Amino acid sequence: MTRRTLVTALLVLAVVALFAVPLLLDGGTSEYGGTDAAVTEELEADGYTPWVDSLFSPAGEVESGLFALQAALGAGVLGYVLGLLRGRRSATPAVAAGAGDR
Amino acid sequence: MHIAEGFLPAEHALGWTIAAAPFVVHGARAVVKEVRENPESTLLLGAAGAFTFVLSAIKLPSVTGSSSHPTGTGPGAILFRPPVMALLGTVVLLFQALLLAHGGLTTLGANAFAFAVVGPWAGYAAYRLTRGAGAGLLPAVFAGVALADLATYVTTSLQLALAFPDAESGLAGALLKFLGVFAVTQVPLAIGEGLLGVLLFRVLTVNARPELERLGLLKPVPVAAGGAA
Repeated sequence: MTRRTLVTALLVLAVVALFAVPLLLDGGTSEYGGTDAAVTEELEADGYTPWVDSLFSPAGEVESGLFALQAALGAGVLGYVLGLLRGRRSATPAVAAGAGDR
Repeated sequence: MHIAEGFLPAEHALGWTIAAAPFVVHGARAVVKEVRENPESTLLLGAAGAFTFVLSAIKLPSVTGSSSHPTGTGPGAILFRPPVMALLGTVVLLFQALLLAHGGLTTLGANAFAFAVVGPWAGYAAYRLTRGAGAGLLPAVFAGVALADLATYVTTSLQLALAFPDAESGLAGALLKFLGVFAVTQVPLAIGEGLLGVLLFRVLTVNARPELERLGLLKPVPVAAGGAA
């Protein structure tokens, strides 16, 4: 394993740990409600009524599907661009830059 | 950071819309100019937009027992300067306001100001300052991407505090209250987002080196056989 791969693996591990560890330590006691919703609930409890409603409010399952769609679109385009750039580099042999790559 | 539809009083909603509009228009022109003058930028512009699209869709758990989502506006601001993110970020917010009932049209101006204007500019400033202090590309990317995330949520807290000052403790008290909801939860998310930014730029420094050199993020490496120094 090269040093570069090791650093990449450690970075990925750090990101996963950052979100997994609180979940594990917590042991299922928290609800993990969204902060956006927490604020609107607080304001409504204080007596504020929104003066406009959303034009279209998807039901719970549909909403998670649409969120997944948003993430999928983003991840798809990002993967496409990164793959294209990588392919371009492997197709041009004499690019000496990028020390230490595989 | 999404202030929900109808949750800002009309005059605040209008004020933030007027404040954000010139940034978004300027951002649209910046994107058009970039694509026209440097068509080879289109790929990386797509990557920058895609990064904010993915990250703003994912709600992550935090140490506070609530969850929130990152913003993903940092890398685009670092690569292409903040104006382009004013447009790309607003497109994301519009998608979420129309299809996901997340945020809203009346609060689009305020949300765009926090997410697509203040976040990218704060991140870009942090990136430039870190680089100016002598740090390399990756540490500066971490600082810039993390701060773009955090600054967005601080701005949202300020917008809410301005609209809903506390009856007793006034603006400062309300600001502390909203920061308590948003900012603390956001700290681990900002760190995680900073690390993701570093991962992205590690890939780019290898595979998109010509672009990063042209955009001034990396100094051109003297080509082999050139004079040694």
